[in-house]
Amino acid sequence: MAMAALRREGRRFATPLLSSPVRSSVISHSQEELPNGVRSISTQIVRNRMKSVKNIQKITKAMKMVAASKLRAVQTRTENSRGLWQPFTALLGDAPSVDVKKSVIVTISSDKGLCGGINSTSVKISRILHKLSSGPEKETKYVILGEKAKAQLIRDSKQDISLSITELQKNPLNYTQVSVLADDILKNVEFDALKIVFNNVPKLLLQWTFAPTCYAIMERESEAGGKLGELDSYEIEGAETKGEVLQNLAEFQFSCILFNGVLENACSEQGARMSAMDSSSRNAGDMLDRLTLTYNRTRQASITTELIEIISGASALEG
Amino acid sequence: MFRRATTLLRQPLMGATSRRFSTDLPAAPVEDSTFVEAWKKVSPNVEAPKTPLAYMKPRPATPTSLPSKLTVNFVLPYASELSAKEVDMVIVPATTGQMGVLPGHVATIAELKPGVLSVHEGNDVTKYFISSGFAFIHANSVADIIAVEAVPVDRIDVNLVQKGLQEFTQKLNSATTDLEKAEAQIGVDVHSALNSALTG
Repeated sequence: MAMAALRREGRRFATPLLSSPVRSSVISHSQEELPNGVRSISTQIVRNRMKSVKNIQKITKAMKMVAASKLRAVQTRTENSRGLWQPFTALLGDAPSVDVKKSVIVTISSDKGLCGGINSTSVKISRILHKLSSGPEKETKYVILGEKAKAQLIRDSKQDISLSITELQKNPLNYTQVSVLADDILKNVEFDALKIVFNNVPKLLLQWTFAPTCYAIMERESEAGGKLGELDSYEIEGAETKGEVLQNLAEFQFSCILFNGVLENACSEQGARMSAMDSSSRNAGDMLDRLTLTYNRTRQASITTELIEIISGASALEG
Repeated sequence: MFRRATTLLRQPLMGATSRRFSTDLPAAPVEDSTFVEAWKKVSPNVEAPKTPLAYMKPRPATPTSLPSKLTVNFVLPYASELSAKEVDMVIVPATTGQMGVLPGHVATIAELKPGVLSVHEGNDVTKYFISSGFAFIHANSVADIIAVEAVPVDRIDVNLVQKGLQEFTQKLNSATTDLEKAEAQIGVDVHSALNSALTG
């Protein structure tokens, strides 16, 4: 009861001095903790908030720099690996809308968070692809690389996930690791077509503006599948039958494309994290400015209150 | 709304470009638009993802007369060793033996075994030892060679090759399971190819 009365008194004092309702809640909060009768407003609360916001700003700035250095490391390798998938597409073409019985969607995502919206968009695209390629007799399964996509897809499509792989980036990405992974996927999952979804970085990133991510889908079919029409014009040189050579070719293509996809995704993850941390440090800076203004006003208000008390006490004594 | 319009406009333009420049991608642009159509039916608000055709560099068309030079793209997972380099001839180590490729070679898909790839440009010959891979030769005299590892032959150490060969022959003799035998056999093959690359 007394606290409520004090709170009401505090608000009557506080509102002429301050404008925003947010700040008055801070002030009335500080009023509650003082004993009855004391009218000076404490700046402690605001100071605590300022300290924590400043710490957050330092942390996000550091994370941005770490992401920038990691990006530099991955970017050269990604650019070097871009030539890898072009010959395959030149030869075999691309058939994203092929109609097959069993399709598998390989979703590549990151393990760590705080990287903007890239993982959600990958998952969104994978879900739509799933809808596209499901039908009465068709089935679609997921193979998930990366913690974040697993967390999102496990919620509603748990039964459709056939394989999930995490902690890809524990050791620096290299082709051997990815080819072992591709081998695993090929061995354990039955499919007629594979669709790989990842975030692509189309050109060199400019420093602050992260280019909007594009999602490439690659698909490849096993040796029985479609695109062999043009391949008839090619002579096959290989010790075994044409089917075996084509199967080897398809597996090699998958591992090459997976390698490029994983690298591109890592690149876009670091870039997105850089831009997310950058905007977060900027927001923290803005918040710090506003809090500084609040702090100064609170301080001046308490000084003014003290002065008023002293002066009115003095004038009461005289008069 | 306008974003979708530009996507719609881009697709047929892209189709025209790729048909003009690359005779190796005939039916693909058409299927691309069916993909986009099917996508829009299922989810009209989300933009369709880009497919690799959007990022392909255009390839030269099949010329009517024999071209004088062969364009070689030699790529590895870590680097593009040669990209669109004009050479006179390349010799690739296919599983059926060393195969020489000249401009105007018939279109071929060749599986490669560990061996020496030599690139002939005028009077210089550059030799690389490659682990296996694939070589595609297209009708427009463009050769794509994709290998997992490649090393210029002058960087191979003779002693290590000999040691490796002995080690793997030993492993082959003492191998028990099929898997061990296969691995040892691969080791022996690669090292003997390295050996012949150094001597031959």
